[in-house]
Amino acid sequence: MTFFTPSARQSSRRSGRIGREQRRWGYLFLTPWLIGIVLFYLVPFVASFWFSLVDFNLANPEDTHYVGFANWKRALFEDPNVYESFGVTFTFAAISLPLGMGFALMLALLLNSKSVRGKALLRTLFYMPTMIPLVAAVLIWGGVLNEQTGWVNILLENVFGIQALGVNGVRWFASTRLIYFTLTFIGLWGVGNTMLITLAGLQSVPTDLYEASELDGAGFWQQLVHITLPMISPVLFYNLVLGVIGLMQYFLIPWVLNGGSGFPDGRTNFAGVYFFLQSFKFFNMGYGSTIAWLIFLVALLLTLVLFGSARYWVYYAGGEN
Amino acid sequence: MASQQQFLSGKQVQLLRSIGLTLFTLVILTIFLLPLAYGVMTALKTDSQLGAIGAPWYPASPVIFEYEGKEYDVYQVEIDGSMQNLALVKKGREASEFVDPANPEAGIIPWEGRWRQLEQAWVFDPVWENFITAWNTIDFPRLLGNTVFYAVLSTIGAVSSASLVAYGFARYDFPGRNSLFMLVMATIILPPSVTLIPTYAFFHNIGWVGTWWPLIVPQFFANGYNVFLLRQFFLGIPRALDEAAMIDGAGHFRIFWSIILPQARPALLAVTLFHFFFAWNDFFGPLIYLAGNPDSYPITVGLDGFKGLYEQMDNLIQAASLTAALIPLLVFFFAQRVFMQGVVITGVEK
Repeated sequence: MTFFTPSARQSSRRSGRIGREQRRWGYLFLTPWLIGIVLFYLVPFVASFWFSLVDFNLANPEDTHYVGFANWKRALFEDPNVYESFGVTFTFAAISLPLGMGFALMLALLLNSKSVRGKALLRTLFYMPTMIPLVAAVLIWGGVLNEQTGWVNILLENVFGIQALGVNGVRWFASTRLIYFTLTFIGLWGVGNTMLITLAGLQSVPTDLYEASELDGAGFWQQLVHITLPMISPVLFYNLVLGVIGLMQYFLIPWVLNGGSGFPDGRTNFAGVYFFLQSFKFFNMGYGSTIAWLIFLVALLLTLVLFGSARYWVYYAGGEN
Repeated sequence: MASQQQFLSGKQVQLLRSIGLTLFTLVILTIFLLPLAYGVMTALKTDSQLGAIGAPWYPASPVIFEYEGKEYDVYQVEIDGSMQNLALVKKGREASEFVDPANPEAGIIPWEGRWRQLEQAWVFDPVWENFITAWNTIDFPRLLGNTVFYAVLSTIGAVSSASLVAYGFARYDFPGRNSLFMLVMATIILPPSVTLIPTYAFFHNIGWVGTWWPLIVPQFFANGYNVFLLRQFFLGIPRALDEAAMIDGAGHFRIFWSIILPQARPALLAVTLFHFFFAWNDFFGPLIYLAGNPDSYPITVGLDGFKGLYEQMDNLIQAASLTAALIPLLVFFFAQRVFMQGVVITGVEK
C-alpha cells in the first residue's frame, strides 16, 4: 500500500525558512479538511457515544436524562431485534459476498480472456447497470421478479417447465429461502466497480507466469488456483473489506422493497434498517446511537480480523507492506 | 483432447474456443440485462394489458374489428386445421359466429366450441404516453431540478475542497502529515451511521432539517475518498514542473492553479463524475434530512414515494424508473473512458 510519499521519511523536520513555509502552506491547503474532520467526524463521533448514554428522543428533547449504560444493556441483553438484525446481516453477507465477488471475478476473467471478442463493448454493457440509480434498479427488478407478471417466472414456467407462477410458485420476495438470493441478484447490477478493479488486477499479472505454467502442462483451473487467485489476492482483499463494510450499513434495497417491514418473517430486518427505524422513524436518538456504535464496533472487529488474516492469504508481489 | 487434435488444427481449436466463450459471455449479458428489457417493454404497455391473462410479453393491445358499425374483439380460432384471427360477432355458449377481418364480405363464419377458451389476438401497440403520464404524475421537472441543484452544488464543493487538500498532502512537508493521511483513510471506511445522529441533531437545532444545506455544506470540507484519489494522481505529476514555476516566481496558489490542476484533468474529471453520480443517486441523506418536505425531494426519494402510490401500475413505475436512469446512462456513455479509468485508480493504487 503506497500510503506514504518517499520524501516523508527523509525529513519532515526541515528547519529554517523553507521548513516554516512548507508547514504554513501545507496546513493552509489542508484547512477545509481540518475543519471538516473536527466538525463532521471527531465531534459527532464522540458525541454519538455520549448520546448512547442518554435517553434522548427528538420528539421530546426536554426529557433527556443520563441513563448510564441502559441503552447498551437494552441492545445487548433485552432487545431481540438487535441480535436478529446482526444475524440477518451476517447470513446475507455469507451468501451475497461470495456470489457477488465470484460473479465479478467471472466477468473479469471473461473480459481478460484472449478468446472473447468485442471486449470493450462487453465491458461497457456489463458496467452500464451500475449507473442506474439504485432506487430505479430495485423497482425494475421488483417488476421482472414479480411472482405473477415478471418475465423470470413466466420464462421458468413456460420455457423451462418449472412451476413458477401462482401461490406454490417461485416467490422471490416472499420466500424466506429465496429472499437473500433475490437481494443478491439485485445487488449484482452494481457489479461494475468490483469487476473493473478485478479486471485491472488480472491485467497486472505478469504473462510469463502463465507461459511458464503452460509449458509445465497446467490447465485453466490449475492456473486459476495457483497463479491468478494468489496474484490478485490484494484486489480480492480490497473488494472483501469494502464489501463487508458496505453490508454493515445495508439499507437502500430492503428499504425500497418493503419500507423496513422486515418481510418475509424479519429476514430483511438488517442492522442498517434497524438503525434507521430506531433513529429516524421512532426518533430514539439515544438508542439509535447505541446501535450505530454497535455497527461501528462490529465493522471495526471484522476489518481487524480481515487485516489479521491477510498475511495468511494475501500475496504482495512487492514483498510485505 | 488427444482425439480432438487429430481432427482439428491448433487454429481451429482456438477459433472454436473463441466462439464458445464469446457466446457464453453473450448469454450471461442477455440474462444480466433482461430486467432492463422487461422495464422497457412494460413501460410501454397499456393499463389493461398489465393484468390481462394470455397477454403477450411485448406491449400490445387486443385487436378490435369494426363490423357494420360495431366493434368486436378478435380471437385466434382454429378452422380447418389452421389458426385464423377472426372477429367474434355473436357469442354463444357452445357455438359462436365470427367474421374474417381480412375478408368481411364473406359474411358470417359459424364455429362450434366455447369462445371463452379462445385466446385473444393482440397487436404490437407501444404506449409512449406512459412516459409523459409518469413524467407529469411524479412531477419530474421539480425532482430533476432539486437533484441537479444538489448534484451541481455539492460536486463543486467536493471537487474544489478535495483538490486543495490533496495538493497539500501531495506537495508539502509538515509535522503529522502521515498520521493525518491515515485519518483521511480512516474516514473512508468509517460507517457513516456512527457520526450521523449528532450531526442530524445539530442541523435540527439550527433549523436546517427540511432544507438541502445539511447535504451540501459538509461537501465543502473535503471528503476522504476524493482526497485520496486526487493525491494519488498529484503524486504522479513530476515535481520538476512546480520547481520550474517556482523559480519563475510563481506563488503557491499559482502553482496549484496553473501547473497541477491542468495536469490532473483526467483525475479531476473522474472525481467530478463520481461525486456527481453519488449525489444523483443519494437516497439516504435526502430521506432523513428532507423528510416531510416533498417540494425538495430529489428523484430517488420521489421515485420511492411514487412506487408506494402506484404499486399496481407497473407500466408507470417502469417508465418513471427508466426516466430517472436516462441522464446517468447518457453521461456514462459519453464519459465512460474517464469514468472507468477513475474506478481503476481508486482500486488498484491502494
